[in-house]
Amino acid sequence: MFVMPFSPLTAVLGGVWALLLLATAVVWRLEPSSTVQGELRSRVRSWWLIVALCSLALTFSRTTALLFFALVSFLALKEYLTLIPTRRTDRWVLFWAYLSIPVQYFWIHIEWYGMFIIFIPVYLFLLLPVVMVLSGETQGHLRAAGSLHWGLMSMVFGLSHLAYLLVLPQAQYPHVTGAGLALFLLLLTELNDVAQYCWGKGLGKRKISPTVSPNKTVEGFVGGVVTTVLLSVLLAPWLTPFSTVDALWVGALIAVAGFFGDLSLSALKRDLSIKDSGNLLPGHGGILDRVDSLTYTAPLFFHFIRYFYF
Amino acid sequence: MGCAALRLLFFLLIVKPFLLLAVGINVRRRDRLPQRGPALIVANHNSHLDALVLMAMLPLRVLPRVRPAASAEYFLRGRWRSWFATQVIGIIPVATGGGGSRADVLESVRDALAMGDIVIFFPEGTRGEPECLGKLKTGIVWLVEQLPETPVHPVRLSGLGKVLPKGHCVPVPFFCDAWVGETLCWRGDRSGFMAALAASLAPPEPQAAAVS
Repeated sequence: MFVMPFSPLTAVLGGVWALLLLATAVVWRLEPSSTVQGELRSRVRSWWLIVALCSLALTFSRTTALLFFALVSFLALKEYLTLIPTRRTDRWVLFWAYLSIPVQYFWIHIEWYGMFIIFIPVYLFLLLPVVMVLSGETQGHLRAAGSLHWGLMSMVFGLSHLAYLLVLPQAQYPHVTGAGLALFLLLLTELNDVAQYCWGKGLGKRKISPTVSPNKTVEGFVGGVVTTVLLSVLLAPWLTPFSTVDALWVGALIAVAGFFGDLSLSALKRDLSIKDSGNLLPGHGGILDRVDSLTYTAPLFFHFIRYFYF
Repeated sequence: MGCAALRLLFFLLIVKPFLLLAVGINVRRRDRLPQRGPALIVANHNSHLDALVLMAMLPLRVLPRVRPAASAEYFLRGRWRSWFATQVIGIIPVATGGGGSRADVLESVRDALAMGDIVIFFPEGTRGEPECLGKLKTGIVWLVEQLPETPVHPVRLSGLGKVLPKGHCVPVPFFCDAWVGETLCWRGDRSGFMAALAASLAPPEPQAAAVS
């Protein structure tokens, strides 16, 4: 190995900034009259914000990264609870649900894997319906308990797997860092979304799921999978301990899981008859529109790497 | 006028960070808000947070001149509450419960407007059911009849009744919305004015949207 002037993490982040500069140049040269241009511009602007915040959080320290991911969980859960109908009697239930975020990220901070993995699926699953029962309201109990647990599993439990990558023991693989693994997962998940969008816009003909998300096409999906697998093979030696064969599998896993995470949120929005989940990120919609794929890719990627490598 | 410095600190260090992080207010058409007094900001009322949110939406430099009209019976009860409400927030106490004539009740509000303050006014009179506009009282008409030059800025608030409803003291985070409506001016037509005001404060009819 030759000696690199930068850490692999810094080098890859540099690549991301270069890519974003390129995307900005391309979007600003588009035909000004075209309708997509306005939305693409605000979308690219929001990407700058996301990339800047992620770069800072990942390079500064482990604690800032954990705090940043906890904040993302909080914003995502808040957006979810704003969208779904909630009962007025469940105020305290929702209050405890929000408090689970610092607790869940605290388990990660002290690296208590056993508690991290059961706290929400077991303890909160049992506790929150108890708080609901204590209020005495039975009307809509199943819907309230079920929809709250779905939100906690996706926005807190699911997303926190991204944060647990930061504290995986790294002694066996000297060139691999937790921040590098988190960046690998973030980058592949988001670029898979972008690639599926671009391939779909360019070549898309056959709708893949007309009732859930009419904009998604077979061509976009296949193009996304191929692009993500290639990126995975390209980036794996820099940021991960994966062999080339495993990098192929991981790329495919992220592409397929990300696709279904996206569809799952689309189904939820369609059920609630809304278009965007919010307006925190102009051009993207809300924060849920950005983290939907991650709620699927983060746990699956985490368990792949934990089972085969750590 | 109260402790202007204390109010500034309270908003900078507590209200604004709290609203940004724990609540998250999405303001549409902020440009329609008044930049100087005299002006009336009228809104639907579901939460103690309403007045704080409306005050925080305005630029900090006008904050010393912003005064919410609030119930004297409620906010002047207890020495600390009364000090906080009048000195830090800068409320104009309004005796809502008594049987006084309209001029007696709203005189102090009119005087504040006459001095050039921006007054926050809740025409429902009290905090009502979330996401449902109560009957508007006509005190607002008396005010604009007295000072017909005053612009009226309607703001429709949504979600704050879920964050901190009546009867609760622990806020629960939700994203909230504030729509600043078109500025209304008094043209001598009482029922037309009330109808326009109610229309800009009422929640919109639910409608299905296309999903991408």
